[in-house]
Amino acid sequence: MGTIFFFVLAAVSVISAILIVAQKNAVASALYLIVTLCSQAMLYLLLGASFLAVIQIIVYAGAIMVLFLFVIMLLNLRRDEFGPDKKKIQRVLAFALGAVWLIQVVAVIKLGLSKMSLSPVTPEAALETGSVQTIGKSLFTEYLYPFEITSILLLVAILGSIVLAKKKI
Amino acid sequence: MIPLSYYLILSGVLFSIGVVGVLISRNAIVIFMAIEVMLNAVSLTLVAFSQQTGSPAGQVFVFLVMTIAAAEAAVGLAIIIVIFRSKESVNVDEVNLMKW
Amino acid sequence: MNPTFLFILITVIKVVVIVHIFMFILSYLTWAERKLLGHIQARLGPKNVGPFGLLQPIADGIKLLFKEDIIPAQANKILFVIAPVLSFIPALIVFAVIPFGDKVTLFGQEIDLIISDINVGLLYIFAITALGVYGIAIAGWASNSKYSLLGGLRSMAQMISYEVSYTLSIVGILMLAGSLSLVDIVKMQDSFWHMFIFKQPLAFLIYLICGIAETNRAPFDLPEAETELVAGFHTEYSSMKFGMFSIAEYANVVNVSAIATTLFLGGWQGPYLPPVVWFLLKMSAFLFLFIWLRATLPRFRYDQLMKFGWQVLLPLALLNILITAVIMII
Repeated sequence: MGTIFFFVLAAVSVISAILIVAQKNAVASALYLIVTLCSQAMLYLLLGASFLAVIQIIVYAGAIMVLFLFVIMLLNLRRDEFGPDKKKIQRVLAFALGAVWLIQVVAVIKLGLSKMSLSPVTPEAALETGSVQTIGKSLFTEYLYPFEITSILLLVAILGSIVLAKKKI
Repeated sequence: MIPLSYYLILSGVLFSIGVVGVLISRNAIVIFMAIEVMLNAVSLTLVAFSQQTGSPAGQVFVFLVMTIAAAEAAVGLAIIIVIFRSKESVNVDEVNLMKW
Repeated sequence: MNPTFLFILITVIKVVVIVHIFMFILSYLTWAERKLLGHIQARLGPKNVGPFGLLQPIADGIKLLFKEDIIPAQANKILFVIAPVLSFIPALIVFAVIPFGDKVTLFGQEIDLIISDINVGLLYIFAITALGVYGIAIAGWASNSKYSLLGGLRSMAQMISYEVSYTLSIVGILMLAGSLSLVDIVKMQDSFWHMFIFKQPLAFLIYLICGIAETNRAPFDLPEAETELVAGFHTEYSSMKFGMFSIAEYANVVNVSAIATTLFLGGWQGPYLPPVVWFLLKMSAFLFLFIWLRATLPRFRYDQLMKFGWQVLLPLALLNILITAVIMII
């Protein structure tokens, strides 16, 4: 049952990820990206990470992608700018590089996993690890310092984007 | 339970799509979206490993990655708006000067 | 019967029953709104179709279904058709995590009166509410009309701005309850003075204002301000596609009322009457408030709306969290 779900979600996320790049229309690309992000959220749920699944939808689909759509709609871009690069050499090189990269990743995964000893986890244990309580506790004890740093990062990002985008401050 | 290697290979495939997307598209916004795909692929790996080892560390990292993605999107889109204002285009091939 | 199959069967029955009751409430909400607005403005409201105009929603539904369905020539056809569905579905599935009654025993089976009690229930609500923006945004863009686009952009900006305070206003309750599950939050409010409205009055006000803004209702109905934008994002829509947008709007109103009931008024808990009746009574009080406000208040100006959201509500929501934290420590 879980395996069927996994393959359906994997297929949806890979196909929509390909369509993001292949689309000529930026709004459609953004919508395909939302599909990819939502299927990733489902994959997190399948792994038992319920907190991250919900946060993924709130942050990515609810905030970041709305911002993307907003900018695309405001800019009203010309159609001929979209779609893959027209220079043939760049396209060929890009695909070659992507293929090489993919082969490397798969090889590393195969080699690495054969050396690791993995014990299967029970679904209950997985749910426990992914629960709000567990993540919250480690976020506010062990990882408090990085967590506080991100607040500064967000502040800088807010100030930076206002300074950049505003014509007159 | 689905084996860990399935998740890792899926995230490898998604990351490669992201890489190819960054290399072949000329629209800055689409390049941006391809970067988001790459970030998500890495997040998937982290979550899969975190569940395998039973430690929440990986999921905390994903949480931090999401914050960074949000900050990056805000600043990046502001930069795209500024470029569009001076060039009337978001084609990355046309953005080849450090200062206008 | 094996337990997995039984569980699936019970859940499916619950979903079917709840969706039908929900749609029934929605259709009669339109009747109640027209009737109440009529009486507040010294008119009679619908009265010709059936006794007291009670068959009016059915007549409206039939009329919408048989109207000509127009798709503008320059519109993006696929997105134009998908948009109403995208705003309709999130509005329907929010109700899955809201408890509307205690456990009941039917045919020897113990049944929870909630579709799914997940331990991230509240976050689920925020996630689904966040997805509601897309329907409106895509409708505005795909219609390829200036009024639609402006309405859609306005609505997006409004919803993102108010979502921040909307989420932050709930944090105080999370701190007091220590749980994201709505069932636990209802169980915490077991007597009159334990209702969160008394412990979090400021949060309640912020929640209510943001809830009205989130559902694009008067006095925050800028996305569809008739006088300046024709009908906003659904200018180009006709027939049942238009119907789906208005059902989605009413569904969101019911959702906001149901969530407010659960979080602030103790949900289904109350003396003497059965739990489900208490839940519906409390929810109707909020629904009445929505209609009353629409009849009373004039529309905000757009800059006032943004200023109010960012400069008044957001600091107040943060202040509420601070006060709650200080009181909890003391």
